[in-house]
Amino acid sequence: MLNTDPNLPDPDEAYARLIAAHDGLSEAESHAMNARLVLILMNHIGDRTVLDEALRLAREGAGS
Amino acid sequence: MTDRGTDQYRQVFRLYPYAKLPDQQSALPVRHPVVVVGAGPVGLAVALDLSRQGVPVLLLDEAEGPGIGSRALCFAKRTLEICDRLGAAEAMVAKGVEWNLGKVFHDDRLLYEFNLLPESGHAFPAFINLQQPWFEKFLHDAIRAAQADGAPIRIRGRNRVEAVTPAGDHVSVEISTPDGPYHVEADWLIACDGARSPVRHMLGLGFEGRVFEDNFLIADVRMKGDFPTERWFWFEPHFKSGDSALLHRQPDDIWRIDFQLGWNIDRDKELEPANIRARVDAMLGPDVEYELDWCSIYTFQCRRMEKFRHDRVIFAGDSAHQLSPFGARGANSGIQDADNLCWKLKLVLEGVAPDTLLDSYEAERIQAADENILHSTRSTDFITPKSPVSRLFRNAVLDLAEQLPFARGMVNSGRLSTPCIHDGSALNGPDHSAMPRRSRPGSPCPDAPVEAGWLLRQLGPGFTLMTIDAEAPETLSAHGLTVARLALTARGNEALRERYLGKAASAVYLIRPDRHIAARWKSFDESAIGAALARAIARE
Ligand SMILES: Cc1cc2nc3c(=O)[nH]c(=O)nc-3n(C[C@H](O)[C@H](O)[C@H](O)COP(=O)(O)OP(=O)(O)OC[C@H]3O[C@@H](n4cnc5c(N)ncnc54)[C@H](O)[C@@H]3O)c2cc1C
Repeated sequence: MLNTDPNLPDPDEAYARLIAAHDGLSEAESHAMNARLVLILMNHIGDRTVLDEALRLAREGAGS
Repeated sequence: MTDRGTDQYRQVFRLYPYAKLPDQQSALPVRHPVVVVGAGPVGLAVALDLSRQGVPVLLLDEAEGPGIGSRALCFAKRTLEICDRLGAAEAMVAKGVEWNLGKVFHDDRLLYEFNLLPESGHAFPAFINLQQPWFEKFLHDAIRAAQADGAPIRIRGRNRVEAVTPAGDHVSVEISTPDGPYHVEADWLIACDGARSPVRHMLGLGFEGRVFEDNFLIADVRMKGDFPTERWFWFEPHFKSGDSALLHRQPDDIWRIDFQLGWNIDRDKELEPANIRARVDAMLGPDVEYELDWCSIYTFQCRRMEKFRHDRVIFAGDSAHQLSPFGARGANSGIQDADNLCWKLKLVLEGVAPDTLLDSYEAERIQAADENILHSTRSTDFITPKSPVSRLFRNAVLDLAEQLPFARGMVNSGRLSTPCIHDGSALNGPDHSAMPRRSRPGSPCPDAPVEAGWLLRQLGPGFTLMTIDAEAPETLSAHGLTVARLALTARGNEALRERYLGKAASAVYLIRPDRHIAARWKSFDESAIGAALARAIARE
């Protein structure tokens, strides 16, 4: 089951760290980094149903 | 597939020279139980398998042996196991090359190395590299040996099939030869006539699927010095040869190099020796001495026929399905077609099984073809990403693979051909949940060392009842078949326990003639086994 309840102890800080991690990267480099990040997190999660749910949720955000 | 540069009538080996035969003069067409069209790897295997089981076969080919030119190179373990049953594998392994170390490059960086470390306890390696003409020659040698033992097989070179006409209870076949045309009739016609299949065209049948078109320059080079027996694969090679390049070894100091050239190329220019040498030099580095042995440009497609059986005409091998080169699945899957078909056709010809048994050939091998096409397509999409975002993720995987083992699992430069597990096949009987998944009904039997040698070599030509630490009669007769028992013990045999028993204390396996598992139980139960046997020959 995908956990969509608030789960980050300090959301503001977590968000700031994500943005800071991209500091100084070109747009292309940032996209590449995001892709690596997705793969790393996917592997950490491992569970297929959780991933499917996450993919579905994210895709809905794209409005289609 | 198109092959530029091959003179189709030049041969590597002249295996079955043309000879004029009485059939050709006969006023009435001679009737044959089985006519096989095409003596490529698949036709040779079909003819050999059937005739070793006593079914008379006429094998026709328009040439007199394998044509010149590079084709299949990697032959997988399952193929070798099947060829071993047919008496041809030892020569293949003796001549073939094995490799264990692979290297993966992106651009000019070595990302990582891997060692295949295949599972131990199998008679055959995960695969060998062997040029296709040799593979065909060894099958042909086995045919000659079988003939000497009385197997009813006839091969006719320079016999080209010109027309195939279904005629109710038989198929009429028109053949042209250097001495003019003649007719034969076939109860069953097996079309193993390759990707361009003239028989498919004669019957007006389609060949559908996703077209994957790319040009591959295949160069076989003879190395003069030492060069390591490793497989090297490049993504986006720095020597600017399209999306990928591959280098691996063949027998006789020949290395196979594949350059994936892309779409819009000038073929004639690419084939000029100076241009080929420029690519090879860039790949191997300046100090490596080699000779060009053979070069050609191929295009590939991924597609299959909608149905493999058309009444009395059955398609097998490339005529039925065509695959991209990644993963070396063409000939390997074709040999499995032959393996699946022959015992079924034999039982139908003998009247032991209804001809609907042949529908299971179609169902099982379409399942396999779709699985192969899926793997081929995934490899292709990884190697040649179809969109910018797909390329972004592909390169992210490659970047991570340098450091992280999990990402190496995603790197797809072609997956090794493994046999299809026929889950859901109509021929499958009961399963037992305490036993390992890898040997569930529908699976090919995993090999294992047993007291008398290798397990697969203990299985007879018909159905086998394999008992592990279980009682059973020595033979069992039902539905016109005699099932021989193979009695084994897992005591002191960890490989056998792990592959067949799992948590069960004993096991009884019903094994098909193609060494796929039909059903399994914990102990012998005659009526259950009889029912599973009926099911496995479509008599239920
Ligand atoms: C460059 C390349 C690399 C490959 N690498 C691999 C690999 O590593 N591993 C792998 O498993 N596969 C590989 N393949 C695929 C493999 O070569 C084919 O899948 C295999 O040859 C198919 O065998 P077949 O018997 O079905 O057909 P074919 O080998 O095409 O044989 C068809 C036969 O039918 C005969 N014929 C055709 N028409 C007629 C007619 N009208 N009358 C009489 N005879 C006729 C032809 O003469 C020929 O002998 C590769 C292919 C290519 C091109």
